[in-house]
Amino acid sequence: MKAVNIALPKGRLGEKVYEMLRNAGFKCPEINKSDRRLIFESDDGLLRYFWVKPSDVPIYVERGAADIGIAGKDILLEYNPDVYELLDLGIGKCRMAVAAKCDFRDSSERTLRVATKFTNIARNYYESKGRDIDIIKLNGSIELAPILGLSDVIVDIVETGTTLKENNLEPIETVVPISARLIANKASCKFFQEEIQNIHEALRTQCEEK
Amino acid sequence: MNITTKSIIWKITDLYKKYGYNQFKMNKFEEYDIYVNNKDFLKSDKMITFTDTNGKLLAMKPDVTISIIKNSEAKNYVEKVYYNENVYRVSEGSYSFKEIMQSGLECIGDIDMYNICETVLLAAKTLECVCENFVLDVSHLGIVSAILKAANLENSDMKAALEAISSKNLPSLKEICERKGLSRVWSEKIYALVNLCGPIGEIAEKMDVFCIDEKTTQAVEELKEICAVLSDNGIEDKVRIDFSVVNDMSYYNGIVLKGYVEGVPMGVLSGGEYDGLVKKMGKDAKGLGFALYLDMLERLFVQTKEYDADVLITYEKGTACSEISKVMRSYIESGKTVTVQGNENANLKCREKVFITKAGEIK
Repeated sequence: MKAVNIALPKGRLGEKVYEMLRNAGFKCPEINKSDRRLIFESDDGLLRYFWVKPSDVPIYVERGAADIGIAGKDILLEYNPDVYELLDLGIGKCRMAVAAKCDFRDSSERTLRVATKFTNIARNYYESKGRDIDIIKLNGSIELAPILGLSDVIVDIVETGTTLKENNLEPIETVVPISARLIANKASCKFFQEEIQNIHEALRTQCEEK
Repeated sequence: MNITTKSIIWKITDLYKKYGYNQFKMNKFEEYDIYVNNKDFLKSDKMITFTDTNGKLLAMKPDVTISIIKNSEAKNYVEKVYYNENVYRVSEGSYSFKEIMQSGLECIGDIDMYNICETVLLAAKTLECVCENFVLDVSHLGIVSAILKAANLENSDMKAALEAISSKNLPSLKEICERKGLSRVWSEKIYALVNLCGPIGEIAEKMDVFCIDEKTTQAVEELKEICAVLSDNGIEDKVRIDFSVVNDMSYYNGIVLKGYVEGVPMGVLSGGEYDGLVKKMGKDAKGLGFALYLDMLERLFVQTKEYDADVLITYEKGTACSEISKVMRSYIESGKTVTVQGNENANLKCREKVFITKAGEIK
């Protein structure tokens, strides 16, 4: 039998998902040893876990290097990979929101300047509203943009809103709610249907128990 | 293209000929207009264009189907053609143009149920030529669209539902059904579009939940008929019903196909009934066909070559050419591959090394 390759996002979310998988019987004791290895195989050799950068998970899965993976809905909406989205794990919950300076007043007379890491999500959102925008792609510290006058608003992930508040910003619209999803490679689902189905079912049971 | 890909082309060409298909050959370019008018049918609207001497804008063909429809005359019969052609498309990863070898077949004209069964059968047999372990997913857009329309999903909801079905995203489908306040009966039918998938023989029997009117009943019958033909050919266990195969509905209408082979992470075959495209191009006919993306198969047969040649022959300066040639011939006649080099090259890897001296000695 072939090992099922599972791409986990590095960080808290990935660790949480591994906990769920472990509770469901998909153990891999190796993974808890903190060394620099990137790939971990279960004792029976039927599972292979690896940690990758969260935004790379859909790429590994779409191209078949991983059969299944865990990715945030934000990443899926941004990259629109050709994969199956099998389950909403209900963890890693937050929302994609538009935020601006507390005293911001929008005017439809001018083009709205939007700073974001998620250019596709921002473009699609404003297109659906028929609003003309100028997208400014940034890779980090998005909150700085409206403060320095680089943009009017930002589109970013908001969890608690603390970072926004501390920078005198506030969320003004919700674009879409976000949570972690189980995704699967389409071809893998055809040839390793049973193996993937088992993991899918086990994770679903865990989600329902919560 | 490697030898294995070529042998696949020979095999499938032989298959298509046996079923009475004729080869369609075409130019490398067509008028740009016919592609622009149907750009949603193409994967991308990016094309290599240039101006002809008479000022007409031409494009290197990004697709073969459109040209076949354009040249088709069939009215009271079915024109059956196959093709092996290069198409020019932007590759997804590199954003640059690539020449891609595509094989496929098309039926245009007065298409009936038998033609549909034959095409699905040939799609399955095509995949079988590539790899014994294959899966052909079959969906029926007539069923998918009828169920969604009857449940009153329109425009953006319809689009969102189709997206959810194509990614088997049940949570998102549930959200749409709840938001629209659909009854349990209708929601269950919509969920079934994701949940009902598997070998065609098993699923065909369970599809009566989709029979909501005359059209859908007929569509379900079509799938059962296809199943009968496949099982008669002993190939039905590798063909699956899967409604997540969704193609653009303005071009495709009935059966749609997507094929996978083990070892390639993406679909390698796709096609279906495209009456919409044929009508849009002003022909009073129906169309049906599929294409096999040969470029995707490359990675299926990757074998790293261990040696560049069996024997490396080097020689002392001044050695007679006839002497070198004689030694070389003796190795070739014994069935080995030989490379002759003036100097030993570190990049060349050979099983055996031979050195010829000026005196004709072999070391």
